Amino acid sequence: MVRYIGQKVLIALATVFVLATATFFLMKLIPGDPFANDKVSVAVQEKQREYYGLDRPVAVQYVTYMKNLLHGDLGYSMKKTGRTVVDIIREAFPVSAKLGLFSLLISEAVGILFGILCAQFRGKWPDYLLMVVAILGIALPSMVLGPIVRYLLGVKLQILPVSGWGSFKQMLMPAFVLGLGTIAGNTRSMRASMLATTTQDYVKTAQAKGLPPVKVVLRHQLRNSLVPIIPNLGGQIAGVLMGSFVVESMFLIGGLGRYFVDSITNLDYPLIMGLTIFYGAFLVTMNLLVDILYGLIDPRIRMK
Amino acid sequence: MENRKLLEVKDLVVHFDTFQGAVQAVRGVSWYLKEKETVAIVGESGCGKTVSIQTVIGLNPRKNGSVRGGEVLFEGKDLLALTQKEMREYQGNQLSIIFQDPFTFLNPTMTVGEQIMEPYLLHSRASRQEARARALEILRLISLPNPEETMKRYPHQLSGGMRQRVMVAMALICDPKILFADEPTTALDVTIQAQIMELMNGLKEKLNTSIVLITHDMGVVANMAERIYVMYAGKIVEHGDAETVFHHPKHPYTWGLLGSVPRLDERIQSELYSIPGTPPDLIAPPKGCAFAARCRYAKQICRKCEPPRIGFEEPEHYAYCWLNHPECIRRNGVTVREEE
Repeated sequence: MVRYIGQKVLIALATVFVLATATFFLMKLIPGDPFANDKVSVAVQEKQREYYGLDRPVAVQYVTYMKNLLHGDLGYSMKKTGRTVVDIIREAFPVSAKLGLFSLLISEAVGILFGILCAQFRGKWPDYLLMVVAILGIALPSMVLGPIVRYLLGVKLQILPVSGWGSFKQMLMPAFVLGLGTIAGNTRSMRASMLATTTQDYVKTAQAKGLPPVKVVLRHQLRNSLVPIIPNLGGQIAGVLMGSFVVESMFLIGGLGRYFVDSITNLDYPLIMGLTIFYGAFLVTMNLLVDILYGLIDPRIRMK
Repeated sequence: MENRKLLEVKDLVVHFDTFQGAVQAVRGVSWYLKEKETVAIVGESGCGKTVSIQTVIGLNPRKNGSVRGGEVLFEGKDLLALTQKEMREYQGNQLSIIFQDPFTFLNPTMTVGEQIMEPYLLHSRASRQEARARALEILRLISLPNPEETMKRYPHQLSGGMRQRVMVAMALICDPKILFADEPTTALDVTIQAQIMELMNGLKEKLNTSIVLITHDMGVVANMAERIYVMYAGKIVEHGDAETVFHHPKHPYTWGLLGSVPRLDERIQSELYSIPGTPPDLIAPPKGCAFAARCRYAKQICRKCEPPRIGFEEPEHYAYCWLNHPECIRRNGVTVREEE
């Protein structure tokens, strides 16, 4: 197990390194200049470039950046004057993370539960009903679903606030909009996976022991059915993260998504780099956790 | 001394509904098992052996596999009349089963110990500690090397023979009255087969369990069974005590099964006999004797009328074959096989 984790960690570190390098050079290819401004004299612009080290060769800039990165220093934002990138992440990420985690938690639990129910009632009305919900969830993007839900629950019924961030009530709608796709995906794959394990021989063994159906499902089928679902988690985390760009702006939530979009339009080099590396490292870490979780659930993977 | 019948199956009929029509998997089968006895049900794949015992222990999917008739009397009580819930009291407790393939019938994500303890925890209301002690006791009984260690292992860490021993332990932990063994040795190496058979024979003595053995391997039967039921196309075609069926078989299908066992005393070049053809389609079973199409002794009557049950000298030895009919014997002088 230790070797298994060790390998995965090494691969994760390499991934982040490649990501940082590729982003750095690609970012330099974007046409434009962060300090180009008609109202400021050329001499001042030169001064600014010099101050941020942009006058030096790209290779030198790269080495300097990577050195600082090793110390956890992501530099200062070029546009939000006086604020470090780390500062910005520290302020905005908890909001995004809270929304993402809450949404993920709901959608994993609900999706898996729906999947089990579908499989147990295969071909009966609960199965059909939940599958309709699942197909809707996959088909509706959040920019369509969001306004509909806000109109119905926020304006018509007035049970939930239309926007804002802070209270539990304010979290519900964005989390649902963000997570419906995951719920739908999980329902479908969990249903298929449960149906596949139903005909497994060890399920018959469990039945032959005289176990009631609930125990057969929970003790014998569930864990085996989760094995093929786990790898989806990495992608789902990514989906929730990326999806939160849209949902955050729709519900006026001050998360990282907003900063990310701004940093690119402003060519705020350190902020682009910092946020990309941060998101990348976050994703890689999540995938790493998923790999480890995978090993824990299926002992056969652990041993390889 | 005549033991009482522990289990009696009477005229069991099981059909499976499919899109093509009802598959008549078991077509009126009767057999019984006495206390402390080993009975073998023999026949090739698809003849209804597995379906009939899975029906007896209530494992058939109720949706499209349905019992169309018959009784299964266990200690005088009809198991087929019980609800699923009532049936669960018996499953894994008084009636337990060892399946064919120890590779797929164990849960890959649960430790072996957990799986062995499970039926005991369910049926005996014992604490986990008691269940653990009981599991270790059983594992020692089946002489599994270092049982404490093995309990913590997962199935994929054990060899085939070990896994089958685990299956045996799982089946025996609640002290069942009847142990059903569905081709318990088919998936194993020949040397391991011998070990498992020896183990089961030994356990029967120690635990007072009766065994219903299902197999297509006459070699396995010879080692274990006291009585033999030969099954073909969902019906019993011959029954007798093991000695009689081996030495005086009366049904051509039984001859075929016995002929397919390799013999050590035969010439090296001689080809191993196999029964030609395949079993009939049980959606539309043939009129007359189901084996007629593959039987080299088949006569006109075999294809037209179902053979009656004909008994022989030894008590309870009977077969369903026209060759044994007095009229047939009168015309041929003797039964066909003895002629050869």
